[in-house]
Amino acid sequence: MIERDGAIMVTGCVTTGEAVAQQALCHELGVIYMSGLTHGNDTTGKDKRRYGFRHFFQGYMSGVAIAPLLAEEYGRERRAYHLTADYNWGWTQEESIMNATEALGWETVRAVRTPLGLGDYSQYLTPVLNSGADVLILNHYGHDMVNSLPQAVQFGMRERMANGKQFEIVVPMFSELMAVGAGDAVKGIIGTQNWNWQLEDDGSKAFTKSYGAEYGVPPSQSAHTGYVQTLLYADAVERAGTFYPPEVIKALEDFEFDGMGNGPTLYRGSDHQCFKEVLVVRGNEAPTSRFDVLDVVGKTPREEVMYDPAIFGGELGPYEPNQC
Amino acid sequence: MDAILAQLLNGLDKGGAYALIALGLTLVFGTLGVVNFAHGALFMLGCFCAVVFRYLLTIETVTIDPEQLSPWGAPVELRTPLVQDWLGDWGAFLVDYSVPLSVLFAVPVMLVIGIVMERGLIKHFYKRSHAEQILVTFGLAIVLQEIVKSFFGANPMPQPIPSDLRSAADVGAWFGMEAHTLTYPTWRLVYLLFSLGVIGAVFAFMRYTTFGMVVRAGMADRETVGVLGIDIDRRFTIIFGIAAVVAGVAGAMYTPLLAPNYQIGMDFLVLSFVVVVVGGMGSLPGAVVAGFLLGILQSFASMNEITSIIPGIDQVIIYLVAIVILLVRPRGLMGRSGVMES
Repeated sequence: MIERDGAIMVTGCVTTGEAVAQQALCHELGVIYMSGLTHGNDTTGKDKRRYGFRHFFQGYMSGVAIAPLLAEEYGRERRAYHLTADYNWGWTQEESIMNATEALGWETVRAVRTPLGLGDYSQYLTPVLNSGADVLILNHYGHDMVNSLPQAVQFGMRERMANGKQFEIVVPMFSELMAVGAGDAVKGIIGTQNWNWQLEDDGSKAFTKSYGAEYGVPPSQSAHTGYVQTLLYADAVERAGTFYPPEVIKALEDFEFDGMGNGPTLYRGSDHQCFKEVLVVRGNEAPTSRFDVLDVVGKTPREEVMYDPAIFGGELGPYEPNQC
Repeated sequence: MDAILAQLLNGLDKGGAYALIALGLTLVFGTLGVVNFAHGALFMLGCFCAVVFRYLLTIETVTIDPEQLSPWGAPVELRTPLVQDWLGDWGAFLVDYSVPLSVLFAVPVMLVIGIVMERGLIKHFYKRSHAEQILVTFGLAIVLQEIVKSFFGANPMPQPIPSDLRSAADVGAWFGMEAHTLTYPTWRLVYLLFSLGVIGAVFAFMRYTTFGMVVRAGMADRETVGVLGIDIDRRFTIIFGIAAVVAGVAGAMYTPLLAPNYQIGMDFLVLSFVVVVVGGMGSLPGAVVAGFLLGILQSFASMNEITSIIPGIDQVIIYLVAIVILLVRPRGLMGRSGVMES
């Protein structure tokens, strides 16, 4: 795209692995990359780049956001068993949620890596039953989660008692498509989201209305982040008065904005990560339509999910394209 | 002890699926001598028999309710499933049990697909090399995949377990253990019993019917059976159809465990070949024994006590076994002397 079509901005991805790879290439070629769905810490952590920007939230924020509700709902004496997709996103998600739950007082019984794209999780779910754990945390996304969550429910984990408590399943990171794919298994399961089409602010309502009129379905959080990233790039170009990447980057860095559905938002200059409210959601027990799969049950304020960029390391690199 | 029993159960469950899928593959090799790389595609087509059957049962009438509006201001569509509308509770039961009932739909459909596939393509490659057979059947598998993709899209299409069978069975309590000590998904137990039933039916058919006896005679000495005036080719064609049926019903019943998409067959293709190689190419008992053996081995290799010593062993154990078998006993555990041996 960059060499053949002369693209001056690249956007879109569905995993952190893709985002990190595309971002690095765009940086080398001096083209701004506005990432899509990438939730791993590395994108704006150890693999951050001057030419890469992320509006989507990430694993650390999910952990911080979900922890208070987990403590409130399930208590502070829990034993957690992690099943984690064995790739970049899974590792950082596991680390973040483990840190957050251990800070609550939860004990981690075991963290088991599962191959990416596995279909049958039964061999990994069977050991959970006799592990002494009373919470299963599924650090799975996409097809992995669509398969692993229903299979965990089939194993009777929602009805099971362990250590004198109701056994629980947690999916730290949700998307609407995953929730639909998992069917009834998602009911009552707690997780986090970047954005939800049922938010009541004017920006979200306007976006949902126009998207729904065009496609007949409400927008996903991926559609939302893609739309917002494009708007933000266009706005930065207007404010910079040029397409020249170093000037557009400076216009995006430390830019504060509002009206995109998550309240006041900051594009932090030191790591190019957006900071905004994080939604805590729960699988809807009584959906009124096939789109009504997740309920927003909490919003964790932006200040609470912010962190020191130094904890994830990495260097942004130079502004000038010929120095990248 | 509970953990070991749970893994044993898991191994039997996996093994049942492996054996069922490998059974048709080894049946085709044993009778026709064809290495059928489209066998995974037959499994996939069986999965989509369940999808189509449910689709037919859930065809809806759509009426617009101008009183209700969607969040984007469009009138809400009210959908009423026709079968439930016509048959009431009985219709709801049919929809609920669509997956097990789809087996009845899959049997004739897969039989026809198998016979058409054999008569239309496979028979022209009986006397060609295995490499050519692999190429043409692999190509056929890709064509079938793309056809399914063009109709159903690329996303997985989860199929529900009947509501009465969604819970986990308290298997431990059946054997006098404390309640909830050993639980296992009811549908997986149903699948295990189904696998054993189909395997038993295939063995009984081959052993106790005249048709089966003639086929077995043809497998042993095709020319002599032909000299006796028996049209063995016609019987082998039917055997190919039966192999397609076995793969198809295995797929249809598997859909609640793994949401089918057009690629699901490829996931099982390599696995089923490993099972057949370990069991012995063309050996029906070998496929069953190897299926259960590899299922149990894979399950036990996944135990935390094992993976903490040898990380990743659960992912490679069955391939390691296949390598050892090929080195030590190339004809497989129960293969005929000379098959796969120089």
